[in-house]
Amino acid sequence: MNQVPLSHILFVSTALFFIGMYGLFTRRNMITMLMSVELILNSVNINFIAFNKYLYPEKLEGVFFSLFIIAIAAAEAAVAIAIIINLYRNLRSIDVEDANEMKF
Amino acid sequence: MWAGFIFSLRQELIVTGIIFLLLFIKVGATEYKTAVILNLVNGLLLANFILGFIGCQDSILFSGMFHTNKLLVLEKNILNLGTLIISLQAYDWLKGHRQVLEFYLLLLATLVGFFFMISAGNLLMFYLGLELSTIPLAALSSFDLEKRQSSEAAMKFIMSSAFSSALLLFGISLLYGATGTLDFDTIGQRLDGSAFQLFAFILLLSGFAFKISVVPFHLWTADVYEGSPVTVSAYLSVISKGAVFFVFIQVLYTVFKPLAANWYRILVLLSILTMVTGNLFALRQDKLKRLLAFSSIAQSGFILAGITGSSRTGDASVIYFILVYIFSNLGAFGVVSLISAQTGKEGIDDYKGLYATNPLLSWVMAISLFSLAGIPPTAGFFGKFFLLMAGVGKGNYVFIGIAALNMVISLYYYLRVIKAIFMESQPEPIGKLTIPFLPNLAFLICVAGIIMTGLMGWVYDYIYSLSIGL
Repeated sequence: MNQVPLSHILFVSTALFFIGMYGLFTRRNMITMLMSVELILNSVNINFIAFNKYLYPEKLEGVFFSLFIIAIAAAEAAVAIAIIINLYRNLRSIDVEDANEMKF
Repeated sequence: MWAGFIFSLRQELIVTGIIFLLLFIKVGATEYKTAVILNLVNGLLLANFILGFIGCQDSILFSGMFHTNKLLVLEKNILNLGTLIISLQAYDWLKGHRQVLEFYLLLLATLVGFFFMISAGNLLMFYLGLELSTIPLAALSSFDLEKRQSSEAAMKFIMSSAFSSALLLFGISLLYGATGTLDFDTIGQRLDGSAFQLFAFILLLSGFAFKISVVPFHLWTADVYEGSPVTVSAYLSVISKGAVFFVFIQVLYTVFKPLAANWYRILVLLSILTMVTGNLFALRQDKLKRLLAFSSIAQSGFILAGITGSSRTGDASVIYFILVYIFSNLGAFGVVSLISAQTGKEGIDDYKGLYATNPLLSWVMAISLFSLAGIPPTAGFFGKFFLLMAGVGKGNYVFIGIAALNMVISLYYYLRVIKAIFMESQPEPIGKLTIPFLPNLAFLICVAGIIMTGLMGWVYDYIYSLSIGL
């Protein structure tokens, strides 16, 4: 069975990285922005696992790193959503354009 | 074996112990007096600071994940001192707050995160420490739950820090692909300056630049500082920034040594941009917290100028400057914090005529601002002098000239505050404020630090004897 070459996988992960970045910069809904950050983190996970499997299969450092990333991303999302809920109570909106009390 | 283990990890263990003690009080006690808790925590933090001075030996734990040596212990002691001062200053604000225990749980969790980050010998450990410190900080900046500004600041902080750590992680993953290891020492040996490694390095650098608010990534700083409670702004501006600078300089000087020629040029450019932008934006602020935020961006530019020196002097001057910066910035933030907690006023115009009613606070503010601006008798002058001397070591005189000019620009906005306090008057000045004992002690420490650190030459000599060069 032919393996998928490493460059293909890296292409997917880089595309995912930039899609996430594009989403973060263009979306105005806080939850969607948070999802875009998760996309970037997932592209990092793909990178780690691909590098580990293809280039350095003797140690599992990359796989462990991606496990930690998943756990921390969950913690980060929990805190971010708590903050967004609190902001919603004060602001009645989750659009970042409405959070404009402080400027320049 | 266990004794050595505990001894090497003692600073982390003590802070973790305090966290657990507070957690048990939180869970176990049905009711407690806020004043008692505050005194208890400040006592524990003082004990923590003193215990940090026990001698230490170099050791490496967890198969290279955790390093400790005299320099790292000194850096942790500096952070301990800053946390103690901040905690003393927070007394007035926390006295009337219901969630005092949660505040300290989050605050000390970030401190443990910084300790592990400073001691990290592995990218995984470094990342875990960074996140352990960033996530509670976001919760802390939202600590005035019912204030709209506070939650807006927290939202901006968590979004930008999530994005910055995502960039950092992508850089780490590429670095792992390029070198096949996460260990700092091994990465350093396997770097050869290929384009792929440079790209990974740039991503890593932008992750760092977010945390220390270097210019293209500084936009969150002013908003977060303005919206957060003053105590949290003070913590962000000295402890958080100082800790990341400590790690940044170690990573640059040891791990990315082979790329020194590349990062030198990047840092010079970023340093100039940071100083100029921070200073120019500080000129037009009329709120004191925002002014201090932009001034702290400008100070980051100066610290970068010291880092470009890439010598032992560079490392020593950065650590010395951060020590001085803790005293001077916390002096200024302490006054803002006290006045904000008692009267709710934060604009520069509100400070007009402060000298007539509160001479002590005015003098603390004036000395701190003089030190931030770098006026000779204070330690701030020596801090900036050493930074620029370190930068001059590379022979790039135009760059250092721009840095020196920026010191002159910064004088304008610092003196504007001092002019408002001492020379101007208004119909309704801030009334006479009572300063409780603990914030008074904090002011004493800050002023003594600003004056004495500059005059006692052995402080710098001691830091120099421990620091690392390229």
